[in-house]
Amino acid sequence: MFSFFKKKKYPEFWNTYVSKVENCQKYSTFENIRFVALDTETTGFDFNNDRVLSIGAVAVQANKIIVSDYFEIYIEQEVFNKETVKIHGIRRNGTETKLSEKEALIQFLEYLDDAVILAHHTSFDVGMINMALERQGLGSLISKSVDTNYIHKKMVSDSNFGKIYSLDELSEIYNVKTHDRHTASGDALITAQLFLKLLGKYRKNYALNLNDLINSHYPFS
Amino acid sequence: MKNTIAERIFDFLKNFPPFNILEKEQLFKIATHVKVHYIEQDKSVFTQNENPHNEFYIVKDGAIGLYRTMDNDNILVDICDEGDLFGLRPIIQNNQYLMSAVANEESILYAISVELLKEIIDSNEKVKKFIVASFSTNIKTPYAKTNNGQLFANEDVLNKNNAGISDVQTAQYSKNPITCTKAYTIQQAAEVMSVKRVGSILITENNKPIGIITDKDLRLKIATGLISIKEKVTTIMSSPVITCHKKITVAEAQINMLKHKITHLCITEDGTPNSNLKGILSEHDIVVLHGNNPSVLIKELKRAKNVDTLKYIREKTSKLLSGYMEQNIPIRFVSNIISEINEAITIKAIKLSIEEMETEPPVKFTWLALGSQGRKEQLLITDQDNALVFENVNPKDYDFTKNYFLQLAKKITNKLHIIGFENCPADMMGSNPRWCISLNQWKEQFNTWITKPTEEAIMMCTIFFDYSLVYGNVELVDEMSESIFESIDNYEIFLNFLGRNALRNPPPLGFFRQFLVEHDGEHKDQFDLKSRALMPLIDAARLLTLSVNHKNKNNTIERFKEMAKAEPQNKYLYEMCIDSFKILLRFRTNQGLKNNNSGRYVDLNNLSKSEKLKLKGCFKPIKDIQELISVRFKLNQIGM
Repeated sequence: MFSFFKKKKYPEFWNTYVSKVENCQKYSTFENIRFVALDTETTGFDFNNDRVLSIGAVAVQANKIIVSDYFEIYIEQEVFNKETVKIHGIRRNGTETKLSEKEALIQFLEYLDDAVILAHHTSFDVGMINMALERQGLGSLISKSVDTNYIHKKMVSDSNFGKIYSLDELSEIYNVKTHDRHTASGDALITAQLFLKLLGKYRKNYALNLNDLINSHYPFS
Repeated sequence: MKNTIAERIFDFLKNFPPFNILEKEQLFKIATHVKVHYIEQDKSVFTQNENPHNEFYIVKDGAIGLYRTMDNDNILVDICDEGDLFGLRPIIQNNQYLMSAVANEESILYAISVELLKEIIDSNEKVKKFIVASFSTNIKTPYAKTNNGQLFANEDVLNKNNAGISDVQTAQYSKNPITCTKAYTIQQAAEVMSVKRVGSILITENNKPIGIITDKDLRLKIATGLISIKEKVTTIMSSPVITCHKKITVAEAQINMLKHKITHLCITEDGTPNSNLKGILSEHDIVVLHGNNPSVLIKELKRAKNVDTLKYIREKTSKLLSGYMEQNIPIRFVSNIISEINEAITIKAIKLSIEEMETEPPVKFTWLALGSQGRKEQLLITDQDNALVFENVNPKDYDFTKNYFLQLAKKITNKLHIIGFENCPADMMGSNPRWCISLNQWKEQFNTWITKPTEEAIMMCTIFFDYSLVYGNVELVDEMSESIFESIDNYEIFLNFLGRNALRNPPPLGFFRQFLVEHDGEHKDQFDLKSRALMPLIDAARLLTLSVNHKNKNNTIERFKEMAKAEPQNKYLYEMCIDSFKILLRFRTNQGLKNNNSGRYVDLNNLSKSEKLKLKGCFKPIKDIQELISVRFKLNQIGM
């Protein structure tokens, strides 16, 4: 199975990413793990027809948000959905410097490195990025990932098991101020802050290790 | 790459010192390198005696308490909230934390690395000053000699907008002063003055001013025939002359004239009498420039024939006050001038009232100002607090006498009310039958207050002890004072009661949410500047001077000065109290002018960070003086 993947010829940057994640030694010690809180703004919610407009991310390590370790790019659009412009504010020919999808992915993978992905509704953001990777003839992300929605649900003995918490709801519950909502970087920062607060709570009830956090995550089908 | 997160951090930091004085690029660099920490409630950021981290902290959200543990006591030293910076000193001086920092509520902190800070300190002198100043406000004993004067250094550093005050008007002086040498006779000099149509002539030697002759000298010394006009000018000239620099402001010039009781200032090259004469500035020049001259107001007052004129003058006084505040004139001078004018207005109101009475006062009497007016600390118009003392009379004449003075007092307080001095809500006015009584009754009243110091009595003492004579017979007041001091000497424990009262309002620790604002009533959520910051200092000064038998001073600054002389070992504390008092009084006056009220209640939300810091700096001396009082009067042991 493993050798089957190897046979396919991938570009250098993709192989570098895969080998970094596979060889990462940091996951066993929580303080060493680099989390990347990320959020994508997209043209819509359809994996097949919609596109990623921008990716914003900031790193969290050893219970701190490392502002200097950030990522913020905007992607050139072939698909344009004017309905979502009013949410994310990114126009087709806006003033932000835009990259091609391929260039954006190269930079993103380099930034992501061996980090654990942290997002709110991770499956959506990772799913959108995976679709982009596929269009470029690459594989899916192999990074480990955690989801603030599921970490929260693991801790509250919520009778409403199926409930999906929105970022706004969790911000309300955990008293996180929501500036720059609906910009990729703004939502990434909110997610990172939520994560710090969740960890504080989580630590009281559980020994903190990555596997538990990841296991809080119900994998994307 | 655009960094939205760093931009938001930049936007936050730029509101707070010292970040507000950084160059944009410098601050953005800091914002980019911030690490965001989340601290749960009751968790610590660092603990006492821990080695310094390689970063210091700014509170983004929440509140961090700084605690110091000494002999098993855990003392809350300060509370840092939004925008406050902490944990800086240890990383600069590279020694251990002196305090523990614990989250009083869940908090988000921005951490900034020491390397980045050092880089900025090296390139920005203002930041360096701020940091030095912030140390001196935080260290345990700010009264060490080396820190003298630096306690409030924040004020200068933070007011970056004041760096080049442009609204201080420079006085326009006459650039071609009329001069003569000392060889001139008085007659020759007078001829020059007549030809040039000037009211003064300067006597110079090598172009340096050595004396001055004015119209007044000619009138008083020559026209009266005392001195011959054949004499040399040197016999009647005023010498030495008061000189000043050509950059003198209108306000400084006025103060100089008032201080020296003169009407002309010589302008010289470097401001000393030893440099070349550049011009002359007369009181008239200032009047022309500046309609609200205090001496002009006093002159107008003397000519005033009715209450409306007094009201008009009082309004002009308010304008004068705001001008002085804008020009940052020392608060002591400002309060002197304003008190003089207020007193003159009151005297005129009394005189007008006596004229309205059908008969002259039957016996001697005295009108006293109480409270802030008595202490000459009344800058803004506040309530009237006053009282009337009349000479002792035969019992059969008592009713008639009392009625006369009550009527008079009513006329006076009515006039003052019309002029703009609000009636005292507690009715502490001469028109109240309780406070319009004979000398013997006053003696008895004070004696009762002193020997039966109920809470109400003590409260009365704090108001009535700060009396000063405004109008009338000085002997009545002296006798009253004697009697009061005798009562206190015979009943020393009274001072302990007064001491307890002085500690009634402990200073706030910091500006932390509802911590120090009023909890209910009309001024809910506002900070009571008077009772929480000014009164503790006023009460302390009164108590301390009474206890060391310095009984003739009733102004807070004067009282602390006396104390500094009497107890050199506590000089620095007393000087800090004076500084605090001045800052607070100025603060209250500015607040009052801005909001057109008494300035007593301050809405914390409307204060800038630097204003908050300034206020916060004033609380430390209050705390220390209260500790001194507590120990000195053994207030822990009375068991009350």
